[in-house]
This record gives sequence, C-alpha cells and structure tokens, in this order.
Amino acid sequence: MLEVQELACLKGDRLLFRDLAFRLQAGGLLRVAGPNGVGKTSLLRLVTGLALPESGEIRWRGHAIRREREAFHGELLYLGHAPALNDLLTPLENLRFACSAAGDEVDARRCVDALVRIGLANQLDLPARVLSQGQRRRVGLARLFLSASRPLWVLDEPFTALDVHAVADLAATLSAHCEAGGMVMLTTHQDAPFARAPEVLDVGAFAC
Amino acid sequence: MLSTFLAVLRRDLLLAWRGRADVLVTLAFFIIVVCLFPFGVGAEPNLLRAIAPGVLWVAALLACLLSLHRLFAQDYADGTLEQLLLSREPATLWVMAKVLAFWISTGLPVIAIAPAMALLLDLEQGGLPVLILSLALGTPILALLGAVGAALTLGLRGGGMLLALLVLPLFVPVLIFGAGAVEAELSGTGAVAHLLLLGGGLAGALALAPMACAAALRISTD
Repeated sequence: MLEVQELACLKGDRLLFRDLAFRLQAGGLLRVAGPNGVGKTSLLRLVTGLALPESGEIRWRGHAIRREREAFHGELLYLGHAPALNDLLTPLENLRFACSAAGDEVDARRCVDALVRIGLANQLDLPARVLSQGQRRRVGLARLFLSASRPLWVLDEPFTALDVHAVADLAATLSAHCEAGGMVMLTTHQDAPFARAPEVLDVGAFAC
Repeated sequence: MLSTFLAVLRRDLLLAWRGRADVLVTLAFFIIVVCLFPFGVGAEPNLLRAIAPGVLWVAALLACLLSLHRLFAQDYADGTLEQLLLSREPATLWVMAKVLAFWISTGLPVIAIAPAMALLLDLEQGGLPVLILSLALGTPILALLGAVGAALTLGLRGGGMLLALLVLPLFVPVLIFGAGAVEAELSGTGAVAHLLLLGGGLAGALALAPMACAAALRISTD
C-alpha cells in the first residue's frame, strides 16, 4: 500500500540518510526508530508529502504521492510535533477547525464525544492556552477518533507528555486501527503496550 | 469545497475578534501616521488639502504592511499551516479565505475611519467617495500581494524587515493609481480610468496571488 524506494533526505547541506526503503501493508504498524537527529521526523514529513525528497520515490496504492497529492492527503492523517492548537480557541473550536480544514465534515456532537473520550470533558470551553502539555497533546489526538476513514496515520512522537493511562488508551486505539485494516507509522522513544509488536524501521541503518 | 473556505474564514475572523487589540493597534497606527503630517509639513490648509490623498494612501499602505507579518506567523509556529497544507482541498482556496479575513480585519477598519482622517486634512468633499472606492479596490490588492511576501519570508530571521523590502516596491503602482484617482477627481479629469486600472489589478491579483502564495507556503514549510 505504502511503498518507499531509495529515499534520500537532504537537510541543509547534510545528507541525513539514503537508499531508505520500506513497505507498509494494510494492518501494518511501523515504528520508526533511531537516535536523536538521525532523521525520523524528516522521514515522516517526506512520507506525508510536506517535504520533498532529494531522490527516491514514495508510492501510495501504486501511485507517486507527488502526482496524486490531494487524493493521498484525503487518506492521510498526520499529527506532527506541533499540536496545531491556537491558544485563543477552545479545544472544541480547535478540533472542529482541524477536521473541517482537512476536508472532513464532522458535526459538533462527534467532536464533543471525541474530546470526552480522550479525557477533556471538563476543558471543553477553556481557551487552549490554559491547558497543560499533556492536555494539549490530547486535543490533537482526539482527531484519531474522527479519522477512522483515513487509512494511513503518521504520528510524530504521539506518546510525549501523556500519562500512563493515556499511553495505554492510545496504544489500544492504534492497535484497533490496524486490526480494522488501517496503517500506522509512528516515532516514539518509549515502549507502548501494543496488542501486537510493531515492525521496526531503524533509520540509523541508512544514515550517511 | 466551500466548507474549508468558510471554516478558515470563520476561524480567522473569530481569532481577529478575540485578539482585537491587534486590530486596534493597526487602526491607531493609521490615525497617528496621518496626524504626523500636519506636524511635519506645517498646518497650512492649502498644502494639507493638496497632499491629503497621498498621505491617506501611504498611511493605509503602511498600516497594512504593519500587520502583514501576522498573516501566517501564528499558524506556522503552532503547526496549523502544516495541517492546512495536508488538506484534501486545494491550497489556493484556504489562502484566499485567510487573505479575505485579513482584509476584513485590517483593510475594512482603515476604510471605515478614512473619511474622518480626510476631514482632518480638509480633503474636499467631492473627493471622498472616490477615496473610499479607491481604498476599497486597492487595499485588497495590498493584502493579496503582501500575502505572497509574508509566505516567502515565513520563518526567516528578520523576516519583518525583509517583507517590507520585498512588498513595498510592489505596492507602488497601487499607490500611484489609488492616490491618483482622488487627485484626478478633484482636478476635474475624472477618476474612472484610475479606478478601472485598480479594478483590473485586483482581478489579476485575485487570480494569481493565491497560487503564488500557496507555492511559497509549501517552500517555507519544507
């Protein structure tokens, strides 16, 4: 489904990695591993199409993502390092905007349900600037509950700042998404209790 | 397709309302710049009357420039811009919505207060409708061109200064025809030609600037 061939990534004038290749099938859970600065986030950004590779190709359902950008982005959910929250808006307003900006029609009721489910029932109407780091992270993650129709989830450090319960919940959500035929690609430095051990892609092995 | 446009427009207007101090600062800047001129060139009514169209236009242009860097900066910093670029809707659509919201929150207030400032400089009453019309046609061009500059300088150190260097030369034709329209009306030759040129410029900017802006945003976030 997702196929990456001979990928090379240039950051500034330094080649981070080259000849990187992997394949992610339906139901696959891929953990991108490697020490800090090896290019994990850069790899995720290449896969989403936010950045362009120095060389190599990324294919989704057999088509280069560069050519079918909008169709690919309709099937992709990317949650980056920055939680995409505006401090002046409430979690509910942020979540509703995130969904409609991505092109999904989601009504307010489902957004409220998602925020309650992720444990923000008491923070629905507070401006995002008063939320803690973990709570801010949760607002972003609430989109997972509203994006089951998007098969490919690309998550950059989703477990950062979460407490133990939230980590277990998130791992269960990701495992369920894979069970249902979805695909998850993530970076993390901590061990999360996944139902099935993830495949590991060590970016360090392709470093220059 | 329209839902993304409306969602971005609604959110940016809501943000402008919640952060309305920024809008008021822009407006205060416009008023102060206009008020500086009588101090600088002297309070001779005939002189002020003669330079009024130019002064009002330059002040409006600077007020627009002052707030331009805010157009994408916050969304860039908090990751919203990445999410927008990953939208399944075309980028030109939401860029247009952002520029429209920007114009409503900075251009419209300036246009609304311009008649009062024109009165201060004793602009002849006959020139007032043309002044409003030229600002209404010209400030959206400033916003559209400025958005391209703001997208290009996004995330750069000293981006604000670079932005001014980049877009001020592009603003010159708008200034010439905007201020020229009022002067032409007052001198009796009629402002139609100037206004038509401004309208043509607006149509061109509407067609091209959002595309250039979207491409620049992709480069800036790469």
